[in-house]
Amino acid sequence: MTKPPRPGDTDGRSITRRGLMLAGIQLGVVTTLALKLRSMQVEQAEQYRMLADGNSIKIRLLVPARGLIHDRNGIVIAGNEQNYRVTLAREEAGGDVEPVLRRLARLIPISDARMAELLDEFAKRSAVTPIVLADRLTWEQFSSIAVNAPSLAGVTPESGLSRVYPRAGDLAHVLGYVGPVSDYDLSKIEDPDPVLMLPEFQLGKVGFEARMEDVLRGKAGQRRVEVNSAGREMRQLSRQEGDQGATVQMTIDAQLQNYAAQRMGTESAAAVVMDCQTGDIVTICSSPSFDPNKFVRGISSSDYKALMNHDHRPLADKTVQGVYPPGSTFKMVTLMAGLEAGVINAGTRFYCPGHTEVGGRRFHCWRRGGHGSVDAVTSLSHSCDVYYYELAQKVGIDRIAAMARRLGLGQRHDLPMSAVAEGIAPDRAWKQARHGQSWQVGDSLNASIGQGYVLASPLQLAVMTARIATGLEIRPRLVRAIDGVAQPVPEFPDMGLNPAFLRVARLGMDEVMNSASGTARRSRIIREGWRMAGKTGTSQVRNITAAERARGVVSNDQLPWNRRDHALFVCYAPYEAPRYAVSVVVEHGGGGSAVAAPVARDILLFALNGGLPPLDAVPDDQRAAMKERHDAMHLFAPEAPRLTRA
Amino acid sequence: MSYLDYKVAQTPTGIRKILHLNWPLVFLIAAVASIGFLMLVSVAGGRVDTWAEPQMYRFAAGMVIMIALAFVPMWFWRGISVPAYVCCFLLLIAVELVGTIGMGAQRWIDIGPIRLQPSELMKIALVLLLAAYYDWLPARRVSRPLWVLIPVVLILAPTGLVLIQPDLGTSIMLVAGGGIVMFAAGVSLWYFGVVIAAAVGLVVAVLESRGTDWQLLKDYQFRRIDTFLDPTADPLGAGYNIIQSQIALGSGGWSGRGFMQGTQSRLNFLPEKHTDFIFTVLAEEFGFVGAMSLLALYTLIIGFCLYSALTNRDRFAALITVGISGTFFLYFSINMATVMGLLPAKGSPLPLVSYGGTSLMILMLGFGLVQAAHVHRPR
Repeated sequence: MTKPPRPGDTDGRSITRRGLMLAGIQLGVVTTLALKLRSMQVEQAEQYRMLADGNSIKIRLLVPARGLIHDRNGIVIAGNEQNYRVTLAREEAGGDVEPVLRRLARLIPISDARMAELLDEFAKRSAVTPIVLADRLTWEQFSSIAVNAPSLAGVTPESGLSRVYPRAGDLAHVLGYVGPVSDYDLSKIEDPDPVLMLPEFQLGKVGFEARMEDVLRGKAGQRRVEVNSAGREMRQLSRQEGDQGATVQMTIDAQLQNYAAQRMGTESAAAVVMDCQTGDIVTICSSPSFDPNKFVRGISSSDYKALMNHDHRPLADKTVQGVYPPGSTFKMVTLMAGLEAGVINAGTRFYCPGHTEVGGRRFHCWRRGGHGSVDAVTSLSHSCDVYYYELAQKVGIDRIAAMARRLGLGQRHDLPMSAVAEGIAPDRAWKQARHGQSWQVGDSLNASIGQGYVLASPLQLAVMTARIATGLEIRPRLVRAIDGVAQPVPEFPDMGLNPAFLRVARLGMDEVMNSASGTARRSRIIREGWRMAGKTGTSQVRNITAAERARGVVSNDQLPWNRRDHALFVCYAPYEAPRYAVSVVVEHGGGGSAVAAPVARDILLFALNGGLPPLDAVPDDQRAAMKERHDAMHLFAPEAPRLTRA
Repeated sequence: MSYLDYKVAQTPTGIRKILHLNWPLVFLIAAVASIGFLMLVSVAGGRVDTWAEPQMYRFAAGMVIMIALAFVPMWFWRGISVPAYVCCFLLLIAVELVGTIGMGAQRWIDIGPIRLQPSELMKIALVLLLAAYYDWLPARRVSRPLWVLIPVVLILAPTGLVLIQPDLGTSIMLVAGGGIVMFAAGVSLWYFGVVIAAAVGLVVAVLESRGTDWQLLKDYQFRRIDTFLDPTADPLGAGYNIIQSQIALGSGGWSGRGFMQGTQSRLNFLPEKHTDFIFTVLAEEFGFVGAMSLLALYTLIIGFCLYSALTNRDRFAALITVGISGTFFLYFSINMATVMGLLPAKGSPLPLVSYGGTSLMILMLGFGLVQAAHVHRPR
């Protein structure tokens, strides 16, 4: 579409005059640039040429020491160690690196595969980028290379610091690890710090190390060096060290973490211990684990494959990434929703014949024979499913979901860790948005006992337990102090739940452990003042088919491992003055009371005792087994060697 | 005007539009980009795949985009000028709210694999909107205060958002780009005089504010000003880049040291060789002759754009062409002035030459508009 032709300049719409003025201004600028170029390149060329030829001082950056990470008691859980290595830039080897590498291979072992890898790397990177040829050399190897330097053109022996994790696998998931900067890392950072280009720089890759990168990195130092015309360093003129990154103290207790890891052993499991007063995450442990030091040093592909192919998924952080149907541990949520909504009170009873019929479908209680008449407290202590089926129909899913969110489920608790999951607290709107289907009453029944669409991470379950135990809106945290400056503990607001209703839920959890017919009575604590309250959960990971039901209940032991139920347990203690909340999930472990509860109880005891659980705190028939377990453990000494500030 | 104009006196349609592209401009752009490829090979130590190859792919994609945009008629551009501006503005706000934090500056949003830099897009959208505004506004109102205030607000609103990112360089580019369109549209010179006087006053105020508690710039920005005023004061610290750059540039002499023979760039005295300081490498290796050739090519690009604008009777199209070529002009003149030490270092790419995808794509998008204006000019 063209506009009708316009009359000439007279109406002021033409830009000819101003366009010409603009052209004049631009020409003026270009002329200025040209004149400046002429003065520099033609008139003063000689001076600049002399400066260029004498230009032999270069600035090289020094990698700053990475900040240390301490546990809450000052034990170093991420430190730095001395590392000897050799680097080479293709240009400094005169362009052809292979003969240099062959000569080097006579001094230190370089496998043929490694040789091929290095040559490939040299071909890919620019000629001036130094590449690490060998790492973690012994002092003997290092000095033999230094002595033979004349025959190894361009090979530069260097000593620097490298990250080390003294507690190996214990804290692997929460800390994450560092590694060399990859091209992919750089592509994600706009205008990266030049220190990232140095071959020995280590960048936080995952977990706490990655999320706290800015705090831990520090500031690069500088070195002025004189180089010869080939670019080879002749001598150092000055050296200004950088600033080490900040020392970060975490809320983790490394000893408790260590015990939790040992207690879970080879199970595929997760445990979280939270301080009910401060929200401090005292332990956050995923099992099985891996050695992060292997990643720092460059993990071999066979080791990596073994980790990837392990059916217990050691690389996954089950504490915050893993989400599970919470099973019966969710019942406190449903109960609180019912009490707060006023559809029941503590004395309201439902009759449990072992099942209930809704919409022509039969929903079973875990106990086939039924529980008979059940009230609020016994519904928890006996974990009666039918009670919750009845309650769910009265209270409705939206109020249950709202209560779940108030208690910390279905929301992301932003800890400085990788891939913290949000979980799911399903309601009508969620199902419509996610599945495009309307909510069915059967969905409510499943959700009421923590099955169906409900998903929660062990972290969220610990937060939920702490919130029930205190009535306060506790939020978790991982950082206790940075460079000695304590992070303030926030004043947690009251959740606004009726204290009488909270007492009902707590009493139910108390009876789970301490009443004669409680589902987790075997795992109770018998020491005065440490009385423990808890809730078991067993969540199905498969649907029981009608055919299976007809054949009778299939025992977990007869199923393949990955189809068995998840065992869950949440608890806190002391009952009267809550100090720690604990959640434990054992993937495909079987029953919550038999498998998860003893683990949670032992971890809780360690936390309360500040050391190995005292045998007299558990019922006497379990003491021998506990003693045997302790003897078999390989625990770090309580006073682990502290690394000096390197 | 195209050399084919004598054949067809009517506005072309369909595929025949391709004959009416501003072909000299296409070849000039390709020539400048080719110099860029050559220099990228040089700074990579002779390797093509490090920087030159990806840059070639991007440039090829940019060419396709430019030619595709040239086919889009002007009524469409006029129509999207307001929505495009509003979208960019909202995106700038979104960057403030959710933007990824990088190096203390929030500048982009990640949408899957695409990294969106709304401030870059805004440079084009602002020119488009101001051109549409002055096309709509009757000429006799152009200099009335109220009708001057409106475009000033349209320029300052996004500039403010970019400034708090903080990205001083792009803010200046936005104000200057918008100012060029206003200037071309015929806004009274008095206004420009007042603004320049105010700017001088502001610079004085900024320098005076240093060290007081109402300090107007960040410390690092003040340090850049120091470096600019006297690079030799701290030759191994902040002034290092500019001194090294000048040495490399000056030592190139009349004809340069030869392709890949520049000692200063070879030995890594220069920082950011493949991006902000690439002109220095060219000047060192090809000397005054090479540097002037590139400057001449840039000048010809501006010349062809201005000629196209001045002969275009569609006011909207003419203003777009002037605005975009003006932005392009600012790009290369600021970069060259920086590496020669005429302006404080602020980290800007050399258009069509420096390695980098975002600025290249935005430039090609802009040239697509210039081509569209040229193809669809009233006959």
